[in-house]
Amino acid sequence: MLAYIFRRLGVLSVILFGSSFILYNLAAISGDPLEGLRTSTEPNAKQQMLALTRSLQLDVPPPLRYFLWLKGILAGFTGHIDFGKTRDAQLVTSVIATAIPTTIRLVFFATITAIVLGITIGIVTALRQYSRFDYAMTFVSFLMFSLPIFWVAVLLKEFLAIQFNNFLANPQIPIKWIIGLSIATGIIWAAIISGDRKRVWQIFGVVAVGNAALLTLLSVTSWFIKPGLGPIVVFGMSIGIAYGVTQLSTGLQNKAALRSAQTMAVIALVLYYPNQWLFNHHAGWFLILAQLIVTIGIAFAVGLKFAKIDRAPTIRTAGITGFLVGIITLLDKFMQTWNPYMSTDAINFRPIPTTGQVNSLLEPGNFWFTTLDILVHMILPTIALTLISFAGYIRYSRGTLLEVLNQDYIRTARAKGLNERTVIMRHAFRNTMIPLTTIMVVDFAGLIGGAIITERVFGWIGMGTLFNKAINSFDLNLLMAVFFITASLSVLANLVADLLYSALDPRIRAGKG
Amino acid sequence: MARKNKKAVETTTQDGGENAIFNKETEGLSQGQIVLRRFVRHRGAMTSLFVIIGLILFVFSALDQKIGPVKVPGWWHYNTEDLPELRSEGCKEGLVGCPTFSLRPKFLGGAGFGLGEHPFGQDDIGRDYFALVMRGAQRSIMVMFVIGFIGGTLGTIVGAISGFYRGWIDAVLMRFTDFIITIPAIIIGSVVGYHFGNLGVGFLAFYLGLFAWTGLSRLVRGEFLTLREREFVDAARVAGASNRRIIFKHILPNAVGVIIVSVTLLMSGAILLETALSYLGFGVVAPDVSLGLLISQYQDSFTTRPWLFWYPGLFIITIALSINFIGDGLRDAFDPRQRRRITKKERESAKVVKKVGA
Repeated sequence: MLAYIFRRLGVLSVILFGSSFILYNLAAISGDPLEGLRTSTEPNAKQQMLALTRSLQLDVPPPLRYFLWLKGILAGFTGHIDFGKTRDAQLVTSVIATAIPTTIRLVFFATITAIVLGITIGIVTALRQYSRFDYAMTFVSFLMFSLPIFWVAVLLKEFLAIQFNNFLANPQIPIKWIIGLSIATGIIWAAIISGDRKRVWQIFGVVAVGNAALLTLLSVTSWFIKPGLGPIVVFGMSIGIAYGVTQLSTGLQNKAALRSAQTMAVIALVLYYPNQWLFNHHAGWFLILAQLIVTIGIAFAVGLKFAKIDRAPTIRTAGITGFLVGIITLLDKFMQTWNPYMSTDAINFRPIPTTGQVNSLLEPGNFWFTTLDILVHMILPTIALTLISFAGYIRYSRGTLLEVLNQDYIRTARAKGLNERTVIMRHAFRNTMIPLTTIMVVDFAGLIGGAIITERVFGWIGMGTLFNKAINSFDLNLLMAVFFITASLSVLANLVADLLYSALDPRIRAGKG
Repeated sequence: MARKNKKAVETTTQDGGENAIFNKETEGLSQGQIVLRRFVRHRGAMTSLFVIIGLILFVFSALDQKIGPVKVPGWWHYNTEDLPELRSEGCKEGLVGCPTFSLRPKFLGGAGFGLGEHPFGQDDIGRDYFALVMRGAQRSIMVMFVIGFIGGTLGTIVGAISGFYRGWIDAVLMRFTDFIITIPAIIIGSVVGYHFGNLGVGFLAFYLGLFAWTGLSRLVRGEFLTLREREFVDAARVAGASNRRIIFKHILPNAVGVIIVSVTLLMSGAILLETALSYLGFGVVAPDVSLGLLISQYQDSFTTRPWLFWYPGLFIITIALSINFIGDGLRDAFDPRQRRRITKKERESAKVVKKVGA
């Protein structure tokens, strides 16, 4: 196994060496970095040219200069990686170091949302194969495949940002909208749950009426100006989460798991006000990290308390419930921050921005304001990227699950009398995740360098923007650094995916063939 | 259908259930006929096929074309170079060049059903936007087919050779594929652009095709690796067939489903790639026209003159969506395990046949 990994790594480094050598030379002949200065009429143009030549070593011919560059990269093994300097005489390493977190922030959440949404919808469509919901989702996913992201981005800017900000000036939802949205939600839920005709109409009625009531309530109370959940709603949602997680994780008939999940919800209610106090007086990432650890600790203790035998599923259920309930509490805090945040001069009641990654006018200092600002700036790009990429996950998880459901071991599981939940969640879902995991790994690696267009449309300065800028200004070192990081990550991710596949699925052996 | 053996039908229907229905349908048909029937039955794919054929005819016949020395006139009365005056009558206050396309009949207060002088409006300097969109769509469709053709051919050749011969040939070819995957196509485009200037849309499509074959070649290789171990290949070899004959006559026809499906998906990806590159300024460049370029030029005017933004986007989506649906229909048609849903009616009639048979 180890020999196999080393052999693969060896081949990978040869490939990287070859492609970086060719790319370096191609990029070097793609343009002249001194071109602007040659025709310049500035008196010190000559000195500038000399300085630039010295700092970028332009007097060395490209094939040889490549080895100077490679020397800097190989120095990475001793801990002093050197990507050279940009045209503006900055260190490439520091430019890249500021761009990577931006890009990760941009693509990480979008990918996570796409994966969760895509797999959920994919599984539902597979379980309801040939239903109206399945056909509708097939159409939607093909539509998403066909959308150019720059086109979606402009639409989102207009309808989600500008129109929504206008709406906030007078946050009353028109009756037409309430009726339309309620009917739409009713149809969607009726299609998902499905059943015989009577049941479909029942679901439609309940959902539509409930939705209409909710929207009217939100509209009447000006909720969009002053949002918030409050302890009661947080508790209600937590109980709902407790039931949902238990149903998916162990099944409701497992009383120990259900009790522990419910206990987690009650604990969240008890700790609601202490948490608010902590949020207000000790705000910061450290607090959130500490709360996460405490939540896991509590979940562990609760799980141990309730489960006599078979403890792992109970602890798992309590843990997932605790995590989700924690997110709801945090969401509530952000909602409370919404109104004061909007009232600041920098925002002035137009909270959804169309471009940029932070609002530079916002006064620093308040943790909740700055974090909310970052989140608000992420909304549009995240939605755009999610829309584009989740269709693939729908198709893939649907196809895989359908394949798995045809396997003999699923028939065996059904034949020995397991209920449908156990068959789906324990036997089918886990096997569906094996190929999906490997796809996710490759996707994440590809995204580090991938979001050129999204970054451009939304005015973010990440790896994509650097790549674009480097090509346009013939900035060789910058270009090569972006390329090197992206390419190494993508080839490494392929290796990791192969290893992961063989680790997850014992039928497949890496290292053979 | 004519070859259908009546006796066989009776025996198979007596098995009852779904199998009987499927067996009855495919009896006496060749593989190609079965695939064709399955495809024709896929409603989305058939609709898309008609849409895309109609669209291609519509788009390519609209403007004047030069085929060699012959100039073929188009049916549309403007060309991309024409500069008619900017029209302001009928537009909202302060707007010029708005679309004249109207679907609202006169008795509802509209301008009546019709295209008008400039159905998609006019751009900044008065060029007819319908003509521009048609030209852009021509470019995009052409790029799509060229990429599909080059990528498909290269991918099939590389995949077939490395899957069939295995060993060191396979290792070398697959490492070469990995190598191509890591090189961003944009760089090659900018190198060529710098040294030779803008070589036009044909060249763009050509070099993008040179980078588009990697995914396909891996799929074809996998298919060849499994097919070459099958008994019919051994039989052919024992009978004295040459490698070339085995590859082309025995294995390739069996792998053609995978190839066709992935070429279709490659093409739908290609149209998005072309528009994205043009949007970034690395693809088709002005004064030539492309759908991505049009969107990029007029994205800021969305709030004031939305038609400059809507129409190119709608054309991109229509083309890509149709191709995707055709790909889906083909995949279903070629997949032997694919089973369509059996309607209640068919189930009932199968039961009746069974009773009659018994």
